[in-house]
Amino acid sequence: MKILRIGSGAGYSGDRIEPAIELAEHGQLDYLVFECLAERTIALAQQARLVDPEVGFDPLLSERMRRVLPFVGKGVDGTRRRLRVITNMGAANPLAAAREVRRIAAQMGLSGLKVAALTGDDVLQTLLRDPSQTLDNGKSLEALGDQLISANAYLGVEGIIQALHADADVIITGRVADPSLFLAPQMFEFGWAADDWPLLGRGTLVGHLLECAGQISGGYFADPGVKDVPDLERLGFPLAEIDVTGNAVISKVSGSGGRIDTATCTEQMIYEVHDPAAYLTPDVSADFSTVSFASVGFNEVRVQGADGRTRPESLKVSVGFLDGWIGEGQMSYGGPGALARGRLARDIVLKRLKLTGVVFDEIRAELIGVDALHGNELGSRAESEPWEVRLRVAARCADKTEAIRIGNEVETLYTNGPYGGGGASKSVRQIVAVASLFLPRDEVALQVHLEDIA
Amino acid sequence: MSRIKLHELAHTRTGDKGDISNISVISFRAEDYQRLCQWLTVERVAEHFAELLDPQAPPVRRYELPNVHALNFVLPGILRGGVTRSLALDAHGKTLGAALLDLTL
Repeated sequence: MKILRIGSGAGYSGDRIEPAIELAEHGQLDYLVFECLAERTIALAQQARLVDPEVGFDPLLSERMRRVLPFVGKGVDGTRRRLRVITNMGAANPLAAAREVRRIAAQMGLSGLKVAALTGDDVLQTLLRDPSQTLDNGKSLEALGDQLISANAYLGVEGIIQALHADADVIITGRVADPSLFLAPQMFEFGWAADDWPLLGRGTLVGHLLECAGQISGGYFADPGVKDVPDLERLGFPLAEIDVTGNAVISKVSGSGGRIDTATCTEQMIYEVHDPAAYLTPDVSADFSTVSFASVGFNEVRVQGADGRTRPESLKVSVGFLDGWIGEGQMSYGGPGALARGRLARDIVLKRLKLTGVVFDEIRAELIGVDALHGNELGSRAESEPWEVRLRVAARCADKTEAIRIGNEVETLYTNGPYGGGGASKSVRQIVAVASLFLPRDEVALQVHLEDIA
Repeated sequence: MSRIKLHELAHTRTGDKGDISNISVISFRAEDYQRLCQWLTVERVAEHFAELLDPQAPPVRRYELPNVHALNFVLPGILRGGVTRSLALDAHGKTLGAALLDLTL
């Protein structure tokens, strides 16, 4: 029986690179998938593209490709299984990303590699035909005006499958639902029908388990003495061996760090899931509520029991827009009485902001080490006073000039505040927020590009 | 029976989507799952996070996954705007699951 081997090369844009190369080299993979596009990454990339039309793709694309391309196709020695790469590192500019990959392949003397770019997710112009549409935050598109940056539909498997039929070795997309990056090669290789919902549900589960890379193989898990994980400094990224019925075994390259067992798999299955019986993607409404895991070897877990039902009618669109500024300042206090001095510092800054009329929409003033993460009620469960605390004041302001004043008022504590304040820092950043709406499927025009476009 | 903390029975993981956090609670031993279902109610979790939850947001929800002896809690509004615009130090809410482990059952 045919077994498909898919590996996960990244869980987010800035992820480690060498575990992906380890998988490409030793994982005997058919596919290596890099999922690199968080909710608002594309809006940030679109902002960059507005300044320079040749950018707007993942900043680590070039380095990742330089390292992985020697293993793609039949690889430089021509003896291994054919490896193909699927990634959403195209972000806001899949065409430029594909050009860059072709340039790198040529530079490395790797001729014959077929690189495909998928477009169609950018639906900003389509949406603007009806600017009265409202987002889930209650605002209309027209109300956002020139604050509107980007609108990208979450695409499903269709475009990637087209590119696979066109024999592409590297497929670069913009916004595609994360599990669809993994489901597409399963449907292509096994010939699953686009309306075989139970199979699509199983394939989606495999994608969901793999999409955060190291988070299923021991990352975001270790709790010393309770949940120990060996060798996190060389954590192995996961791979799935999948059969035609959609059952799979999750494992990693032998000798790599980390841990894969039913506990890590269960945590990852429920990660970022709301109703486990209705995990919605563009391809299927997947049902994880009946899934079970079984250990079948050292760092090997069999997953089975996912189901699926009819896919949603419309596509989710993520809209990026500018939403003011966050100004922030921090200052540390240590030694006996540090907590009282930190509290005094907080009090001073809040009074100063009022006294000098700084305008903000919302503010937080907290003590890192005391109440910053979980508030005062839970924070006060600590049994003793901390040796050191760090004041953090952050405020959201409509105006950049107002946001700058937040950090300044923390910094002036050096010479105007309590005893022994040290290590001040301040920052101002523009907020790129996201909201969503839904779009009929036929409003999206998919296109696979196999050549450079001048 | 003596008072026990959640971390003695279960482990947790937190995820975020927009302004909504979800915390999975997975019992270490399958045989503790029923006790978890009984003790770890929506009300107990909402009470634990009372200071952090937005009173304007929809209520906390709980889903049951008996096959993997886990509960999934969905907490709307707790991220105060979500990762893009929240003023929180931990805007993703990644640390919330660990805070839940201190709940006394």
